[in-house]
Amino acid sequence: MSMVDEPLYPIAVLIDELKNDDVQLRLNSIRRLSTIARALGEERTRKELIPFLSDNNDDDDEVLLAMAEELGVFIPYVGGVEHAHVLLPPLETHCTVEETCVRDKAVESLCRIGSQMRESDLVDYFIPLVKRLAAGEWFTARVSACGLFQIAYPSAPDMLKLELRSVYNQLCQDDMPMVRRSAATNLGKFAATVEPAHLKSDVMPMFEALTQDDQDSVRLLAVEGCAALGKLLEPQDCVAHILPVIVNFSQDKSWRVRYMVANQLYELCEAVGPEPTRTDLVPAYVRLLRDNEAEVRIAAAGKVSKFCRILSPELAIQHILPCVKELSSDSSQHVRSALASVIMGMASILGKEATTEQLLPIFLSLLKDEFPDVRLNIISKLDQVNQVIGIDLLSQSLLPAIVELAEDRHWRVRLAIIEYIPLLASQLGVGFFDDKLGALCMQWLQDKVYSIRDAAANNLKRLAEEFGPEWAMQLIVPQVLEMMTNPHYLYRMTILHAISLLAPVLGSEITCSHLLPVITNASKDRYLFPAFTCDLSSAQLDLMTDPRSYVDRVPNIKFNVAKVLQSLVPIVDSSVVEKTIRPCLVELNEDPDVDVRFFANQALQSIEHVMMSS
Amino acid sequence: MNGGNGGRGEGGEVAAGVGKGKEAGAGVALEWRFAQVFGERATGEEVQEVDIISAIEFDKSGNHLATGDRGGRVVLFERTDTSDHGINRRDIEKMDFSTRKHPEFRYKTEFQSHEPEFDYLKSLEIEEKINKIRWCQTANGALFLLSTNDKTIKFWKVHEKKVKKISDMNVDPKALMGNGSIRNLNNDFSFPPEGIPSLRLPAVTSHETSLNARCRRVYAHAHDYHINSISNNSDGETFISADDLRINLWNLEISNQSFNIVDLKPQNMEDLTEVITSAEFHPTHCNLLAYSSSKGSIRLIDLRRSALCDSHAQLFEEPEIPGSRSFFTEIIASISDIKFSKYGRHILSRDYMTVKLWDINMNSGPVATFQVHEYLRPKLCDLYENDSIFDKFECCLSGDGQRVATGSYSNLFHVVGCAPGSTEATTLEASKNPMRKQVQTPSRPARSLGSLTRVVRRGSESPDVDANGNSFDFTSKLLHLAWHPTENSIACAAANSLYMYYA
Repeated sequence: MSMVDEPLYPIAVLIDELKNDDVQLRLNSIRRLSTIARALGEERTRKELIPFLSDNNDDDDEVLLAMAEELGVFIPYVGGVEHAHVLLPPLETHCTVEETCVRDKAVESLCRIGSQMRESDLVDYFIPLVKRLAAGEWFTARVSACGLFQIAYPSAPDMLKLELRSVYNQLCQDDMPMVRRSAATNLGKFAATVEPAHLKSDVMPMFEALTQDDQDSVRLLAVEGCAALGKLLEPQDCVAHILPVIVNFSQDKSWRVRYMVANQLYELCEAVGPEPTRTDLVPAYVRLLRDNEAEVRIAAAGKVSKFCRILSPELAIQHILPCVKELSSDSSQHVRSALASVIMGMASILGKEATTEQLLPIFLSLLKDEFPDVRLNIISKLDQVNQVIGIDLLSQSLLPAIVELAEDRHWRVRLAIIEYIPLLASQLGVGFFDDKLGALCMQWLQDKVYSIRDAAANNLKRLAEEFGPEWAMQLIVPQVLEMMTNPHYLYRMTILHAISLLAPVLGSEITCSHLLPVITNASKDRYLFPAFTCDLSSAQLDLMTDPRSYVDRVPNIKFNVAKVLQSLVPIVDSSVVEKTIRPCLVELNEDPDVDVRFFANQALQSIEHVMMSS
Repeated sequence: MNGGNGGRGEGGEVAAGVGKGKEAGAGVALEWRFAQVFGERATGEEVQEVDIISAIEFDKSGNHLATGDRGGRVVLFERTDTSDHGINRRDIEKMDFSTRKHPEFRYKTEFQSHEPEFDYLKSLEIEEKINKIRWCQTANGALFLLSTNDKTIKFWKVHEKKVKKISDMNVDPKALMGNGSIRNLNNDFSFPPEGIPSLRLPAVTSHETSLNARCRRVYAHAHDYHINSISNNSDGETFISADDLRINLWNLEISNQSFNIVDLKPQNMEDLTEVITSAEFHPTHCNLLAYSSSKGSIRLIDLRRSALCDSHAQLFEEPEIPGSRSFFTEIIASISDIKFSKYGRHILSRDYMTVKLWDINMNSGPVATFQVHEYLRPKLCDLYENDSIFDKFECCLSGDGQRVATGSYSNLFHVVGCAPGSTEATTLEASKNPMRKQVQTPSRPARSLGSLTRVVRRGSESPDVDANGNSFDFTSKLLHLAWHPTENSIACAAANSLYMYYA
């Protein structure tokens, strides 16, 4: 064992730990692989480190994954692009491991390295690697091979190109479904590099074979290839070759395949052009919207707006709208929910007249849906409709829907509607809000569930931002401060939280005049009760008689007061800090409760800090 | 040919004549010989509960065999006589056919798959007993398998790991112990471009390898009831797990979510009339799976039709014979195991009394019924009393689909020819001398209801004694057995012992 110079000691440890028994230490070393490489120098990295790493293929997955990732950006450490090929062997072994995420990362890194390699090196090193993997004994190697053709193919000479195409064809017909799935997944990327002449003669037959695969899981992935291939082909070829396939797929026996078609169909419309869209794709889409399987209808309903955007409004009104009407009363709540989340987007496509006449009744019926998610989804996209027809037409139905959601027994539903309140407020305007929704916002502050109270406090802040401090001063602040008298300390904590959120929005003046007194009052109980029998100053007497001057004995309130006071320091004037905040904190700093003293002390220190720096 | 109409049973002798004319393998009865035993019990030795084998499974190639036991262990065996062990293929071809060696296995490794657990929320003990083992696709020379107990499925990788010796470290490992915390490397430390020559990489030498079993994934918390089956899909990426009321679909790579595809749970548990007893994917069609029920029916479901497969594509059920209903009818009709034949054309099912072979294209009734326990019919009351009537016997098909096998009491198992015209019916004992107890019954065990009366009569003549004059031992039951996928070789479990036979 040699001794190492002091400054090199950490790097020496790092190198040794490449082989430590502890996975975590090995992982740390691998993550610092670039440091190790720099310490060894480029030549020894090439000649020693990389072969050393190549031997290490039965390490834990986490280590292999990290290594595959590091090697992807390792070109600078091996001496630049002309030496990039030395990185291929370790990644090639990573391409064969059985853990999918390691293989995927290795393929990604290989593609990254390959895209920087010199053309001659690609032919000498990269293409043979792809061929070796494609002929691998185990399916794992062949799965990885499929993802590398897109890099290998463009720089191959013609003869090799011919061979690579035939190798890919083999992979598309592999015995193992895993390999065929990988071939189907990567077909689009590979096809993008193939010359147009061979696209039709070689790639299309592969694609057709995949579309007729026995395994549903392979056909599913072939569907995804449709759009990618369609975009590469001339429109007339696309109509001749892709369109029949997709129309077939849309009637596949397997609902999972139809589900994929429903998700992808709109992407194909552009590739085939308007006329085939009208004659073939619209009927296919209408069939999917009326599919027997709810999952398929969910996927199709979720794409209604995207699909209509490609069509002319007339076509959409004539063919799609009737289906949308049916879906709005679908037996599956998830279908209605998917529809509700996108249907508002149709308003801008169909225009004002059609929206008012046709869509509005659907909106209204969805707003009355028994399932809260459906109603929430409509409300969440209200702004899209507002731009087209204005919100007045909806507002009468909105209110009952909102009130019902606001009182839903599931707190998650209440939480969701609170989050939309600022959006609603901005769309509906101050007047509507004051009349109908203001009371709800206050009610949430006293919800039984913490998350709702927390969200309610946040909501007040966002409303104050929306409507301005003066509005807040009139309609929010008095009611909020009123609640400080709530006998339950948890509710008072919510109010403290709300105050701390509102203060920055309302500004220094209102904070000093209205918020600060309430906070300081909340900290003072320790004096008041014992002092009750002694002589009270008139100010204290005022506090006692004023209902807002409720004073707090709960330590949780008191240390939250300290926290809030700390947050107010940057907002208010330094004289206020000295006159009001600091004395209050000094008092709290004498509190019998250790937590109260801790936070009071913390706040005092931060005041010192602010004062020092200013 | 419909086994329900008695035609096959009655024609047994006639069919035997036809059978002789056929090539060996289908018509001629196999002569079974003892091959190997693992974990043989010495006379008088008491069996430990944890050692009792609870699952047996060959892998697809037949080169490996796995057993699971009540102690949560999985034991792997590997074949030693395969040609890829250095013997030239041509040499094998030259060898005389009759001297061909039978499959021979050796112990490979074992690992603790499941541990006993306690579910604190439900105050339930979870046994470690392995209920099922299924082999998955091999990759890179490593073996992969799924094992399950009542609640949790685990995905295992068993592979040869190099034993590494590290030498030539930069820092003395002993010195490192004390200073191990120095790890903060200065980032702006500049290295000379040619590197630091004094640093070196540790030298790794590895001479030997050791077998290592690693749990790769755990599929938990998806079953409220006890898991009775797991089964791989032909797509290589999904599998199902079935409990009493539900079947879930998993992706092998995703352990934190599964999809429920069958749910029999009624709104009100008092309305429950039927539970799932076994489920299996079709061997080649990725969209088909079959599950059996406690009412004796088998349902084939098509995953293509809908996401929730509560409605079946086909229902295989034998019509009830009017007037035959008794207290035990439903109990003995309950199917304990189903297996697809190699290419998926047939389904074999086992209930308490019989083994039935179904053609998936014919749901009106089984194509053949083989009586296994008909002689127990008069004793159903006793069997009910001591709970034996709820024993779950497994069944298996040979790779060529010509024969079926299933277990019985007294460590006996039956091998029956199921090809049309076959009269083969052999009873063997799981011991070193399998034919010891076997006295060829005058006619093959009744294969149909037509001969039912005859068997019952024979049973009633000697109510407590079998054909050899031995009384039946209900404690030594042979529940688990498996047929080698390509050869006539059977592995079966008698308590803690694994017996292998060949023909």
